[in-house]
Amino acid sequence: MLGLLISRLIQACLVMLVISVLVFVGVYAVGNPIDVLIGPDVTQEIRQQTIERYGLNQPLWLQYLAFLQRLLVGDLGTSFVFNMPVLSLILSRVPATLEIALLAVLGATLIGVPIGMLAGWRPHHPLSRLAMGVSVLGFSVPTFWIGLVLILVFAVWLGWLPAGGRGPTLAWFGIEWSVLTLEGWKHLLLPAVNLALFKMALMMRLARASTRELMLSDTVRLARATGQSEATILRRHVLRLISIPIVTVFGLELGATLAFAVVTETIFSWPGAGKLIIDSIQALDRPVMVGYLMLVALLFTTINLVADLLYALLDPRLRSRRT
Amino acid sequence: MRLDRFWMEYRDNRIAVVALVVALLMMAAALAAPWISPQDPYDLASLRLMDARKPPGHVNAEGTTYLLGTDAQGRDVLSAILHGLRLSIQISLIAGAIAFSLGATLGATAAFAGGRFESVIMRIVDLQLSFPAILLALVISAALGQGRWQMIAALVAAQYAYFARTTHGAAAAERSKDYVEAALSTPLPAWRVVMRHILPNCLPPLIVVGTVQVANAISLEATLSFLGLGLPVTEPSLGMLIANGFQYLLSGRYWISIYPGIALILLIVSINLVGDQVRDQFNPRLRR
Repeated sequence: MLGLLISRLIQACLVMLVISVLVFVGVYAVGNPIDVLIGPDVTQEIRQQTIERYGLNQPLWLQYLAFLQRLLVGDLGTSFVFNMPVLSLILSRVPATLEIALLAVLGATLIGVPIGMLAGWRPHHPLSRLAMGVSVLGFSVPTFWIGLVLILVFAVWLGWLPAGGRGPTLAWFGIEWSVLTLEGWKHLLLPAVNLALFKMALMMRLARASTRELMLSDTVRLARATGQSEATILRRHVLRLISIPIVTVFGLELGATLAFAVVTETIFSWPGAGKLIIDSIQALDRPVMVGYLMLVALLFTTINLVADLLYALLDPRLRSRRT
Repeated sequence: MRLDRFWMEYRDNRIAVVALVVALLMMAAALAAPWISPQDPYDLASLRLMDARKPPGHVNAEGTTYLLGTDAQGRDVLSAILHGLRLSIQISLIAGAIAFSLGATLGATAAFAGGRFESVIMRIVDLQLSFPAILLALVISAALGQGRWQMIAALVAAQYAYFARTTHGAAAAERSKDYVEAALSTPLPAWRVVMRHILPNCLPPLIVVGTVQVANAISLEATLSFLGLGLPVTEPSLGMLIANGFQYLLSGRYWISIYPGIALILLIVSINLVGDQVRDQFNPRLRR
């Protein structure tokens, strides 16, 4: 177990190193940031000063080494646009993203799993077919288009909910939250629903597929033979057996939602981390782009590492095998 | 004969048949776009600002009817949709074909070669699959800039891993079967055994992944173009059309965004429904 832990840790570090090179080279090939920082009509002198201040005249590999060095001490540089440290800039946006992401994934699971189980229990019932049709819609229709329709219907035509922005927030433990006020909920609802629909379709399909296969299994056949009611079988046996993949997907999706939030946040002008990265890409604000990508890479590498180790802990067969 | 039986079973699901027809019709319309669209949306000379932002069914001074209305430049929305559809389908099919070939070759080679090569390649693939495809495509298209081939590169990079994983799984199962051993004992070169014997037997799952991934590519391309990171403004794909209409949506001029969106969704949903039915037919676990 210790050997596995060490080998996985080294692997994770290697992955982060490779990603840092890819991200750095990729992002620094976008264009000349100096043209974005200063207008074209400034003097050559100011131009030179700016280049030197940001170290843009150094060779690329030197810039990378300096970047890596700063990375190790948690210094992600300073945003060109906001003129503040990247790390605190991104962290200040994370609560807003986390708020809609958590709400979306929780809602999607609590609604999607029961519907999916029922659809897997009676796969040929018209309602099950309807549920699956809706899930195909939620799965296929691009998130950004659902967002547009939500805005058109609920903000433009009905005028019930605001079309964008975060509205008033209340501070709790030094962080601003929307869930504490009614007005905040109004602003939160549309983006959260937008983000949740895809997850809900995913949960429905996952629950349906696992339930459908389980209904044909010996477990369920034996449970039926003992005279248990169908509801008891679904709740006591099927739900327990499918909960393992569902919990796994829940964890992974929470991470992935942070990425999908990019689209939702852009449409609803939600001031989260996703909106920040799109704005930064458009303004060629490289330190923010690099910093955001490195943080996301760190998040996903950590999730993978934890998942790997948890599987090894739960499944003794994986412990001895080393890859 | 096997294809015959496949179609017989496919026909039973009426929704899947309708989806197949819709998908084929839309592809035909996209193919024929330059000949069937009422107006050439790229020809700036034929656009007149007088006709801008008119609702569906508007008839202009010369008696031309705009069935789905016009956009901010006075462009016929229907013509723009047909041309946008053409562009979106073109890009996704090219990206899908490249990702398919690249992924299938990589996956089959890894399964066949085994050992260190296999574990390194599959580790990379798994790692990539754990990152959301949209984020990867976002980064790559931001790094490469706007353009048709840049977009295709971003889509391929985001999608080849799905094909590699699927092929690897199927090929690893085939690898240990007797007919492969038999083929290997002949003087045929190993790559020929992979191409002619192993790959064809991996096709069923690959076809399913292929349909789903083409639909995903269309959606991904539209999303990136909507965010302003996809194709340049001179090549309006469906995502770009929707983005252009977004600002007018808030003032109630819904048709500029909504109709291209409906075309996009019809296409994606019908392809996914076809893929769903094919997957169910290939799944041996549902045949008990």
